[in-house]
Amino acid sequence: MNKDKQLLADIEDAIANCMKCGNCMEVCPVYKEIQSEAAVARGKISLIEAVLSGNAQITEGFDARMAMCVSCKACAAKCPCGVKADELILRGRQAAVKARGLNPIKKKIFKLLANRTLFDLALRMAGLFGPLQMKKLPGHLAVVARFPLPGLDRRRVLAPFASTPLRSQFPETMPIEKPRMKVAFFTGCTINYVYTDIGRAVINVLKANDAEITMPARQHCCGTPVYMAGDVELAKIFAKHNIETFERAHADYIVAACGSCAEAFKIEYPELFDDDPELQARAKKLAVKTYEISEFLVDIVKFRKDKLGPINAAVTMHDPCHMARGIKVTTQPRAILAAIPGVSFIEMKEPARCCGAGGSFSLVHYEVARKINDRKIADIAATAADTVATSCGSCRMHIIDGLVQNGKTQDCVHVVQLLAKAYEAGKVSTPAK
Amino acid sequence: MESRLINDLKKIVGEQNILTSKEDLLCYAYDATPGFSHMPEAVVSPADTDEVSRVLILANNEKIPVYPRGSGTNLSAGTVPTKGGIVLLMTRFNKIIEVDDANLVAIAEPGVIVAELNKAVEEFGLIYPPDPGTVTTATLGGTVSENAGGLRGLKYGVSKHYVMGLEVVLADGSILKTGGKNVKDVAGYDLTKLFTGAEGTLGVITRIIVKLVPAPEAKKSMMAIFSNLDNAGKAIAAIIASKVIPATLEILDNATIRTVEDYAKVGLPIEAEAVLLIEVDGIPEVVEKEAAKVTEVLKANHADKIQVAQDAAERDKIWAARRAALPALAKLRPTTFTEDATVPRSKVPDMIRAVNQAAAKYNVTIGTFGHAGDGNLHPTIVCDLRDKAEMERVYQAMDEIFTTAIRLGGTLSGEHGIGLGKLKYMEDQFGAVGIRTMRTIKKALDPNCILNPGKLVGEC
Ligand SMILES: Cc1cc2nc3c(=O)[nH]c(=O)nc-3n(C[C@H](O)[C@H](O)[C@H](O)COP(=O)(O)OP(=O)(O)OC[C@H]3O[C@@H](n4cnc5c(N)ncnc54)[C@H](O)[C@@H]3O)c2cc1C
Ligand code: SF4
Ligand code: SF4
Ligand code: SF4
Repeated sequence: MNKDKQLLADIEDAIANCMKCGNCMEVCPVYKEIQSEAAVARGKISLIEAVLSGNAQITEGFDARMAMCVSCKACAAKCPCGVKADELILRGRQAAVKARGLNPIKKKIFKLLANRTLFDLALRMAGLFGPLQMKKLPGHLAVVARFPLPGLDRRRVLAPFASTPLRSQFPETMPIEKPRMKVAFFTGCTINYVYTDIGRAVINVLKANDAEITMPARQHCCGTPVYMAGDVELAKIFAKHNIETFERAHADYIVAACGSCAEAFKIEYPELFDDDPELQARAKKLAVKTYEISEFLVDIVKFRKDKLGPINAAVTMHDPCHMARGIKVTTQPRAILAAIPGVSFIEMKEPARCCGAGGSFSLVHYEVARKINDRKIADIAATAADTVATSCGSCRMHIIDGLVQNGKTQDCVHVVQLLAKAYEAGKVSTPAK
Repeated sequence: MESRLINDLKKIVGEQNILTSKEDLLCYAYDATPGFSHMPEAVVSPADTDEVSRVLILANNEKIPVYPRGSGTNLSAGTVPTKGGIVLLMTRFNKIIEVDDANLVAIAEPGVIVAELNKAVEEFGLIYPPDPGTVTTATLGGTVSENAGGLRGLKYGVSKHYVMGLEVVLADGSILKTGGKNVKDVAGYDLTKLFTGAEGTLGVITRIIVKLVPAPEAKKSMMAIFSNLDNAGKAIAAIIASKVIPATLEILDNATIRTVEDYAKVGLPIEAEAVLLIEVDGIPEVVEKEAAKVTEVLKANHADKIQVAQDAAERDKIWAARRAALPALAKLRPTTFTEDATVPRSKVPDMIRAVNQAAAKYNVTIGTFGHAGDGNLHPTIVCDLRDKAEMERVYQAMDEIFTTAIRLGGTLSGEHGIGLGKLKYMEDQFGAVGIRTMRTIKKALDPNCILNPGKLVGEC
């Protein structure tokens, strides 16, 4: 058996567990829009099965169908047989990469990604020169492209790259008086290069809770995007780099402000190295002290509520897939919102339904991603909320795009930004004693 | 399929509504039935009745097999295109045309998901009772064609009790209308019933008129545990004899209880021989009275423990056990056959015992659960399709289960239909004359045998 097929053979038993009951059809956001059996988990699993049994080859068509998935894990959560279809589909992508190589655009991007220094430079340049090609939109922290950009839909609303990345705005460590703990902040790329406002909010909130913060300068992208695209080898390089970097930080805890980033440290890194016990053991050590920010504030820190000032906002909440079904953190962000005076919370219909961003899915399949998102926007609009809180930069960007495209005026922010604002308001209303 | 024909089909439904690439065709080679798989040559999604008619005229002239398909969740290989040809995907027929609450009737297209129909009639205080386990994914057309039932079958019956009229495209492309909104309608042969449960072998349903019923105002659920299977059987008969017809009366056998407990930890005693799950519904006062009566009957028949749900949360807990039955069994092994043998309800304990004997004799794992109140049991066989020797034993056990059901005066299917899965037992149940009559009907309506050929009545 050739190598790419070997990759699939490992999961033969897991594949066989799918009884083709079709329960996954109910929840798959991609299937809902495309209505083709090849778009639902059951279909994709059948394609992998066909390759294994020799009835089909790993073709461009196979590749394209494996790509039709936002990795939202809804199918896995629903499946009565416990089939983790989202992971099996990733495996299908890996096999496709092995057999056919990455598509040339992705190859170029990933090559750039692999070199941390170059990557950093490229994204900084984007921040510096971005304004030339991006047009600012009033209201939101958002821009649209002035010139056509490869791989981007022209109408798409993005966030501007930061002119100074987050990690360059602060010293690597931020000592405070009488720290309760030392926290290493894994910023992730979105927060470092785009949504520095989320990063600042994380820092302020942690400070307000007497945590000493370190943002290891050499940290790299979590690797999830390349892993999702099927390039496991590169994902491992990223993972190893991050493991080494965060070991050196000697922190009590590692915190990320994104479900996917937290999931990478908590779940993916240990799994990635199941053929390398030494590295796996190190990954596991870090995994147990990694938390998503809301989870950390609520479960570990028991964040201070006495210093919170009022914010007048009607807030609804979108649960990113990797928060709701990946690391299963949904009550904590709500607990944070509930603690903020003046916030009235309105739950939307299906808060944990995928927003359609799906990592690079929305880059390649913008039309479908838009349609998935339109349902989310409709759910948001059906509440009386003026603010959407979420826990992921990618979701935030995609939702803002959706709001603008649908002519809505609500804003979308990270939960922690609202909390930071409340601490800020607390300072104004109750001056330090 | 010749490219000339593909081009003709494209002209009818439009380029984007036909799939011909191998990767797509592979995804329509199966349904929820294990052990059957065959690729079609094209998947065609028509938008309206006229397009269906034109596709069928073409297929009939060229003698191309056509397999109507809803969501492909049936358990009888009813949608597997065993002879290639066209899979006719009906999911674009997704409009609810009318909810007529004055006449308690709804008109909908066959691609509407059953749960969506229920959502639409809910606001009128109505329900459409057939509720298969796949209610959130199965289409109305698929359920009508399979004559699907569900948990509420005992009191509310199966699909055929609710279908009042149909629009059907016949094999030659002509369009037939049957029935209507009339509650009383005895004019002519009952063509509505003929096409309901025909499993796509007689025509393609393009529009459905269904009867709705008032949603029950109140519900009460309870669970009874029996250390003796016969006592559970007697309790089932005695509940009905006491003139209470519960909406739902379900049984889990010992194998299922053990598996469910292991999987879902819902607090079932693993040594019990049977658990009965019962729900009565209706007007609050009547529900109270009936629940009391059921409890009394259960006690009289030596239930070891009776638990009556006091609120929604407790009700949920009771039904969690039933909901976990299939998933828990399915997780044991890769392949899951959910069979559908049905017997008169007094024979439920005999049937369960026969299933257990078959399991022991052929060394296969079978859990039995199902709709005890209407005798509709789901012996669920878990195995591994890749293990040839095991499958040999599985098919022998199945033979024994179905011949026993028929010997006990039962039927091959309470709600899943025949398709290919149970074809070989048909003559046992209907005799030569029965089969001949069915084939005569099939031949009369579909002389070229293009519609779902080989299913339900076999080759003709
Ligand atoms: C986990 C699980 C649980 C289930 N539980 C139940 C249950 O409790 N009760 C029950 O009754 N069934 C149950 N089923 C079986 C299945 O869900 C039903 O048979 C359902 O009615 C199939 O609907 P569908 O839309 O998937 O139809 P399909 O599977 O697509 O088609 C079913 C049949 O109808 C024909 N057909 C479809 N559309 C049309 C049309 N427009 N015109 C003519 N023919 C058509 C097809 O050719 C085929 O023969 C279960 C299945 C699974 C996998
Ligand atoms: S992935 Fe799970 S839910 Fe989907 S068809 Fe397979 S068994 Fe059913
Ligand atoms: S992970 Fe989400 S998008 Fe992908 S198949 Fe499952 S439900 Fe569909
Ligand atoms: S998930 Fe996205 S934003 Fe978070 S670190 Fe990974 S790549 Fe960056």
